[in-house]
Amino acid sequence: MTDTLPQDEDLRTAIVADGVNVYYGEKQALFDVDLDIKQNQVTALIGPSGCGKSTFLRCINRMNDVIDGCRVEGRIALDGDDIYDRSVDVVQLRARIGMVFQKPNPFPKSIFDNVSYGPRIHGIAERKADLEEIVHDSLVRAGLWNEVADRLNEPGTGLSGGQQQRLCIARAIAVRPDVILMDEPCSALDPIATARIEELIDDLRENYTIVIVTHSMQQAARVSQRTAFFHLGNLVEFGPTDQIFTSPRDKRTESYITGRIG
Amino acid sequence: MSGNREGRGRMSRSDTMETVRKGLRSRYAAERRFIWYGRGAIAVALGFLVLLVGSILIKGASVVTQTHIRLTVELPLETFSKNGVVTAESIGAANYVGLVKSSLRDLFPDVSGRRDKRALDSLISSGAPYELRDHVLANPELVGQSIDIWLSASDDIDMLDKGYIDRDIDSTGRRVTDKQIGWYDKLIADGRLERQFNTTFFTSGDSREPEQAGIWGAALGSFYTLMVTLLLAFPLGVTTAVYLEEFAPKNKWTDLIEVNINNLAAVPSIIFGLLGLAVFLNIIGLPRSAPLAGGVVLALMTLPTIIIAGRAALKAVPPSIREAALGVGASRLQTVTHHVLPLAMPGMLTGSIIGMAQALGETAPLLMIGMVAFIVDLPGGPLDPATVLPVQVYIWADSPERAFVERTSAGIIVLLLFLVVMNLSAVMLRKRFERRW
Repeated sequence: MTDTLPQDEDLRTAIVADGVNVYYGEKQALFDVDLDIKQNQVTALIGPSGCGKSTFLRCINRMNDVIDGCRVEGRIALDGDDIYDRSVDVVQLRARIGMVFQKPNPFPKSIFDNVSYGPRIHGIAERKADLEEIVHDSLVRAGLWNEVADRLNEPGTGLSGGQQQRLCIARAIAVRPDVILMDEPCSALDPIATARIEELIDDLRENYTIVIVTHSMQQAARVSQRTAFFHLGNLVEFGPTDQIFTSPRDKRTESYITGRIG
Repeated sequence: MSGNREGRGRMSRSDTMETVRKGLRSRYAAERRFIWYGRGAIAVALGFLVLLVGSILIKGASVVTQTHIRLTVELPLETFSKNGVVTAESIGAANYVGLVKSSLRDLFPDVSGRRDKRALDSLISSGAPYELRDHVLANPELVGQSIDIWLSASDDIDMLDKGYIDRDIDSTGRRVTDKQIGWYDKLIADGRLERQFNTTFFTSGDSREPEQAGIWGAALGSFYTLMVTLLLAFPLGVTTAVYLEEFAPKNKWTDLIEVNINNLAAVPSIIFGLLGLAVFLNIIGLPRSAPLAGGVVLALMTLPTIIIAGRAALKAVPPSIREAALGVGASRLQTVTHHVLPLAMPGMLTGSIIGMAQALGETAPLLMIGMVAFIVDLPGGPLDPATVLPVQVYIWADSPERAFVERTSAGIIVLLLFLVVMNLSAVMLRKRFERRW
């Protein structure tokens, strides 16, 4: 990122993780992770396979709740409120924190129904005209409108992989979340589709806080402002992306970035 | 390639290709053999199916027609009126047996002697007087006239006409006497004997007289029973499968439940009948012999099949669909009802139809609750005494009269048709749900 960034201090902190430990049954997957995610920034989580980066991402919208035997300790706060507090409704939380998955997973329904599903179940829009407006806006923001405007009633699964992933992003945006979590959103896509998604992520930053898990260090370097490096369940290093990639403080980070581990 | 240089048993590339080439023949041969085994198995299975269905069809097809005798019946006014007034009541009270007998005897005026007269009477079905009565009741204006009417012949004459009784063998070895054959021939010569469409078989209930026995009562019984089974087993089975698969925690209690459900699927069906007798009839007090009780028992028997198939169908739905729905903030129930269930529905329907087909063919569990019974009246609803198609087939197969042989086969055909209709409707439903795009 070459454009002048607002200084970290100027940005509000959206999410604070404080001493997060995650267990799958007996096995501990995350060790004491402290991390704060700034608003309107892209935070990349990188690290070798099995390092816990996806686990941490899924803690943020409590997708781990559905996994049997998964236990989360510590505190994750969204705008100051602990999301694991008993008073927090997980459905409401997921409406505030959207998610895009590794493999594009549109519903086996029409493009329109895919995007309008979230607003409809949350009761954000009831009337057809309102839904149409939301669908239009979301598809425009996801950079998909021009490609699908004349076939909104066709199945979402009939699109190409990259289009499907942008449809999934549109579906997440339609609920008007504050935060969008992306779990390796480009790993199933070709380089051209990947480039489009990366451009899109950069555009979305203006309105959303984005946390992205990625296998590709180049991608982290291209799209993110801050990068966290995970290794074996530990958060090894966290800082501005430039600094992580140019002058890592930790030996392990350096080894990973230079390709010696991973 | 100078691979041989190293020597240690490693083959050069050309040697490797030679070895591969030598092996190819037997590899392809094995594949061809396997294909032919498969085709052979299918051919044998098809052969047996054709044999089975063919023999049933050949034996049962003749039930479509029934031999009728045209009688000229006098309907004298005095027989049908009381104090000179013709009412529905007075028409109903007339002596139809006498009318039928006398009109038959009018055709053969030279028959005398009690034995011969009785033999002549037995040409016509014992149900013929009722047919005449129904006809006159429906057309009271006929009273006072002389009418020509087609009435059912007895089962022996029907069998004779259909060629199942050999008239060339000694008369002691067959059910019709030489005299009866003589009368039969004369009736044909006069144009008074003819095979007509067998409405009785398709519209009435069981009877001890083959020519009056029909399949409709048992078909209705099967229909009501399976309706009760479907209405109970399908919703219960689907919700159980959904709960166990999507909501229940995985612990030793759910494991125990799962093992028990799998075991239930293997329990002999008569045990369910005993349970039905003990609980549904004796404790709850459901009516005996009723499709309601039968349906409940069969629902219990079908439930494990539906649950197991339902869980398999739910497991087959990709988890990414659940994540997608949860990710946009759908509740767990919304995730299931909006996304998972529609995708699992075709599989669930397949499982249900297998269970229902099983239930359709069951007799053992019904034995205990009194549905294996001789029931003449058509059931008007799930609370009336009824029997079911396989029981009807069983009862007919057990009856000595020759005419019941064709009714047994015809009953099996109707049972198979019932099954085909059920399967077709399931396929159509599945087509509607199947939206894999």
